[in-house]
Amino acid sequence: MIAVAWLVARKDLAIELRSRVLLWQVVPFGLLALLLAGLALGPSLAGHSSSAPGLFYLVTLFTALLMVARSQAVEHTPGTRASVATLGLDPAGVFLGKSFALMIELWVTGLVLLAGTVVLLHTSLVGTVHALPSVLLALGALACAGTLYGALTAGVDGPATLLPVLALPAFAPLLVAGERSFSAALHGGGLWEWWVIVTVTLVGYLAAGILLYGVLEES
Amino acid sequence: MSTPVVRLRNAVVVQSHFPLLSGVDLDLEPGSLTLLTGPNGAGKTSLLRLLGGLVPLTSGEATVLGHDLSGGDARWLRRRVGWLGHEASFYQDLTVRQNLVFAARALERPLEAINPALERVGLEARGDVTTRLLSAGQRRRVALAWLLIRRAELWLLDEPYASLDDEGRVFFDQLLADVQAAGATIVMSAHDPLRSLTLAPTLIRLVGGRVVPS
Repeated sequence: MIAVAWLVARKDLAIELRSRVLLWQVVPFGLLALLLAGLALGPSLAGHSSSAPGLFYLVTLFTALLMVARSQAVEHTPGTRASVATLGLDPAGVFLGKSFALMIELWVTGLVLLAGTVVLLHTSLVGTVHALPSVLLALGALACAGTLYGALTAGVDGPATLLPVLALPAFAPLLVAGERSFSAALHGGGLWEWWVIVTVTLVGYLAAGILLYGVLEES
Repeated sequence: MSTPVVRLRNAVVVQSHFPLLSGVDLDLEPGSLTLLTGPNGAGKTSLLRLLGGLVPLTSGEATVLGHDLSGGDARWLRRRVGWLGHEASFYQDLTVRQNLVFAARALERPLEAINPALERVGLEARGDVTTRLLSAGQRRRVALAWLLIRRAELWLLDEPYASLDDEGRVFFDQLLADVQAAGATIVMSAHDPLRSLTLAPTLIRLVGGRVVPS
């Protein structure tokens, strides 16, 4: 399982490195969305850092949806699915590999968006750095959840529109927990309960993915 | 008499309430070359996909390479077949060599098999080109290199002559002859049976998801 996971993760990251979709499309979209979120709030509220954690996670969720859709699309170009199926890869390993690659991509995007939050939404640099571990953990959980829901919607008609409808409600606990932990890092307050929620979510999605990914692929 | 590589008895495949195969009986011997013919929608691709464990058997009996298709996990079988479908069958954003390395590692085949496979299909100078940038015929050759690395026991080829020019078709006929001589069993569909007849295949005609007399 681990060998397959490593193989699939390397393949997905190699595809990303060659296609540069993350660099030229997803990250700019995220930064633009962050800028527009600040503009929508207006100058008085955009400069008020209490709204920044929520906006950061909202924008991150939308960029994550793009990346999940991309991660599944490369597996479902005509002909690829059947050929790769005949490699007989362990589905649990495929899930772990795709989740790991997506997590790395989300981390890169998240770091850029955090910097954007400091510049565009005026969060304190120290508080943002304090929030970094919880952000990385939340993005890890988001990668596992996204990979699972991506596989769920990949085989149906209109996956690009079905994915947000199914995945965003599932992402909501991560949005809430992430926003609370980011706010606590910025303004002080208890962090551990949000860490517990994110960690339990991460473990839950990991277990569900390992058990169910093969079923979702076959269906 | 040797054990058949493929043994189907009244094999039925239904997907989304639509019958793809409506009771197929078939026996294929090891090392045989079989050509599936029939009109569009006759079930040629569905039969190939059933033999590769890519669609589930709905009812009937089906044994391929000793694997009972009515039972659970088809991954064991899938690792032993080589599949060539209508479309390009690899990751378009990877180079030709990256695709072949991925396949070789997935199948635990030696990476040393890649260069000979590329030379065999005439793509030794295209190894570091992004697959998306190749012509349709060249992508077909990449798929053939993928098959050569696999060393599959059962080759399932869906319209393998598509996108190949005359030179490519001659090359492909020679490749099939070599693969058959090495002991592999080949099942393919083709709209141009005359081309494949140079290899003296067994002809099987499908109509409406059933085998009919040729």
